[in-house]
Amino acid sequence: MKQLTIFFSLVRDGLDSATTGNTKYHVWMGALTLIMLLGAYSYYIQLSEGLIVTGMTDRVSWGLYISNFTFLVGVAAAAVMLVMPTYVLKDVDFSRAVLIGEGMAVAALIMCLAFVTVDLGGPANAWHLIPGIGTFNFPNSMLSWDVIVLNGYLFINLTVPLYILMKKYQGKEPNRRVYLPGVMISVFWAVGIHMVTAFLYAGLPARPFWNNALLGPRFLASAFAAGPALIILALQVIKNNSSYKIEHTTIRKISMVVTVAAQVNLIMLISELFKEFYAPTHHSISAVYLYFGLEGKNALMPWIYTSITMNVIATCILTIHLLRKDLKWLNLACILLFVAVWIEKGMGLIIPGFIPGPWGDIVEYFPTWIEIGVTAGIWAMGFFIFTILVKAFIPIEQGTLRYNKS
Amino acid sequence: MDKPTDKDTNCGSGNCGCNGNSKPDGTDQTFNKVTDRRNMLKSLTAGLLAGTGLVNSACSVTASDDTREKKSLEWEEYFKGNYQLMTDEEKEGTVQRLARLYELNNGKHANISAQGAREDVLYGYAFNISKCQGYMDCVNACVQENNQDRGSQMQYIRIHEHENGQLNFELAEDDYYHEVPAEGHFYMGTQCFHCENPPCVEVCPVKATWKEKDGIVVIDYDWCIGCRYCMAACPYDGRRFNWSNPQVPEEEVNENQHYLGNRLRKKGVMEKCTFCIQRSREGKNPACVEACPTGARIFGNLLDPNSEIRWVLANKKVFRLKEDLGTEPKFWYFMD
Repeated sequence: MKQLTIFFSLVRDGLDSATTGNTKYHVWMGALTLIMLLGAYSYYIQLSEGLIVTGMTDRVSWGLYISNFTFLVGVAAAAVMLVMPTYVLKDVDFSRAVLIGEGMAVAALIMCLAFVTVDLGGPANAWHLIPGIGTFNFPNSMLSWDVIVLNGYLFINLTVPLYILMKKYQGKEPNRRVYLPGVMISVFWAVGIHMVTAFLYAGLPARPFWNNALLGPRFLASAFAAGPALIILALQVIKNNSSYKIEHTTIRKISMVVTVAAQVNLIMLISELFKEFYAPTHHSISAVYLYFGLEGKNALMPWIYTSITMNVIATCILTIHLLRKDLKWLNLACILLFVAVWIEKGMGLIIPGFIPGPWGDIVEYFPTWIEIGVTAGIWAMGFFIFTILVKAFIPIEQGTLRYNKS
Repeated sequence: MDKPTDKDTNCGSGNCGCNGNSKPDGTDQTFNKVTDRRNMLKSLTAGLLAGTGLVNSACSVTASDDTREKKSLEWEEYFKGNYQLMTDEEKEGTVQRLARLYELNNGKHANISAQGAREDVLYGYAFNISKCQGYMDCVNACVQENNQDRGSQMQYIRIHEHENGQLNFELAEDDYYHEVPAEGHFYMGTQCFHCENPPCVEVCPVKATWKEKDGIVVIDYDWCIGCRYCMAACPYDGRRFNWSNPQVPEEEVNENQHYLGNRLRKKGVMEKCTFCIQRSREGKNPACVEACPTGARIFGNLLDPNSEIRWVLANKKVFRLKEDLGTEPKFWYFMD
C-alpha cells in the first residue's frame, strides 16, 4: 500500500515535471501532438476504407509499417549496449546514460507494437492473439514468439528503471540484488527480440531474399550501430536543453560501440553481396532487382545506393579516431548511420523480399500519403513518450525531486 | 480443450444468468462454477449483450426489433471462438447467426453450411498441360462460385502462358489479352495447392488457418486478424487479401455457401481457394473443374483407388512445382 502511494506520487510529480518547461519545450511537444493528430486522422481513414488506402498490394503485402517495426525493434534492443556495461560491468561512465537508453527502449517498443497494430487488417480482432483467451499459435508461429518477446522486453524495461527511480525518489540507494536479475535477463532478452524478429523473415523459404542465415546477426550489428547512434544524439540534445550533465567520456565510449557495430555491419553487407552476385542463382533475383532493377523497374535503386553510401561514409568517419573524437563529425556520422540503417531495414530488406512475386511478376511499392501520415504519427508518439520519460527522470536522478511524505 | 457445456449461448435476448444445469445451490452455481476460458468469454458476452440490449432499448425507443436483433447478433459473432475448436452445436449456432444477419442486412436467404470433412477422403488435383488452351473459363467460374470481390477483380486462379521450349514462370505471361491458344505457347494454371505441409498454416499467429481432415487448407474469416504473414509464407501465391470491403453485386451472390468456403467476406481478412468446399463436400467437382471446356482439370479422392486422380498419378508422368521447398502440394501437373 505504501509502495502504491509512493508510486502514484512519483507519477504525479513526474507528470508535473513533464508538463513544465520553457517555450521551446512546449513548441516541441505541441508540434509532436499535431503530428500525432495527423497520424490519428490518417489511421481513421485507413480504418474506414481498409488497407486499400496504403501502397500495399497482394504482391508487396508488407510495407512502411513493417519496415519501421523491424527497424525499431533494433533501436529497442540497442539499450542493452548501455545496460550491460553499467549494471554488469559497473562502468560508471555509462551509468548516467543508461536510464535514458532504457527510456528509449520503452518508447521504441511502444512504437513497434503500434506499427504492428496499424498493419493489421482487423485490429478489432487483435484479442485473438492474447494467450489463454485467443488461440495463440505458439511455438509454431514466429509472430507469436515476437508477441511474447516484445511484450516481455517492454515489461523488463518498465520495471527495472521504475524500481531504480522509486528508490532514488525516496532518497534511497537501489539494491543491486533486486535489480540485477532483471538486468541479466534483459541482456539476453535484447538479443532475443532482434533475433526472433529476424527469424520472422528468415523462416520463410518462400522468400529466398530473407531465407538467409546471416539475417539475424546482421540485424544485431545494424541495431547496435543505429540504436546507440540515436542515443548519442539524444544525450546531446538533453545536455544542451537541461541541467543534466553528460560527460564527454560517456559519449566517447558509446561511440566506440557504434563504430565496431557499424564495421561489422559493413563486413556482413559485403558477405551478402558476394553471395548474391559472385554466382547468381535464381534465388538472387530479388537482390538483382534491388541493386540493378528488373525489366526497367528500379524504384528501390536510389534508396539502396543512398543507404550504402551513407553507411560507408559514416563508418569511415567513425573509424578515423581524429574525426570520431570531434563532436561535429561524430554527430554527422550518427545521423548518416541512423538514416542508412532505417533505409536498409525497409526499402533494402522488407520490400525487395516481395519482389518479384512467387511467379515472377514485378509490382513496385510506393507508400501513400495516408501510410506516411500514420507512420509520422507513430514516430511523433515515440518521441513524445521518450521526452516525457526523460523529463520525469532527470529531476529524480539529480535529486531535485524527492518523495514528500506529508 | 474442455468441451463447453453451455446452453446459454443464445442469451441474446438479455435474459441471462440462466445456466440451465440443475445444481443444488444457487450460490454454488454462481460463485463456485468451474469456468474455462470459453465459458468465461460466453458469460462476458452475455453480460455485454444484456448491457447493450439495455442501452439500446433505453436510449433508442425508435430502434426497430430488427436493428436490435442485428446488434445483438453482431456482438455474439464478435465474441465467438475459433471455428476449429467449436463443437458441432456451436458451429451450427454461428452458421445460423450468420445466415440470419445476411437476411437482416439483405432481405435474402443464404444457405450457409458447416458440413465437416467426409470419412476416408483426401482431395487431390491434377492439371493436364497438354489440354489447357488458356480460355480462362475456370477463372470466371471460380469468381462466380466463390463470391470473390469484383471491385479488386480478385481471382484465385492464375493462368500462365509459357512459350514452347521453356518452363520459367518469370518469363511467362500472366495477363494476356489476345486470342488463345496462341501459336507456339502452352498454358499452366496455378492456385492454392493445398499442401500436405503448408507453410501458411505454420506461421499464422492465431491458428485462423488450418488443414482440414480431407486435406483442404481453410481460413476462418472471422478469426483472421489480417497480419498477412501467411501471404508472405506462401511460395505459390495461393492467398488473397481483402484490401477493401469486397463488392459482389446482389444478384450475382452465390447463396449456396459454406462457413469455410464462399460465404461473404469482409475487409481486412485473408481468403483463398478451398477446392470449392461447399461443392466438394457434397460430392461435386469444384467450379473450375466443371467449367473447363477442355477437360484439363481433374479432381478427386486420393484415397479412392478407383478415382480418376489415382489413375492419373499411376499412369502419367506427373510433377509438382517448387518441390525443393518440401511443401508437398496435392496438385500435380502432367502431359498426355
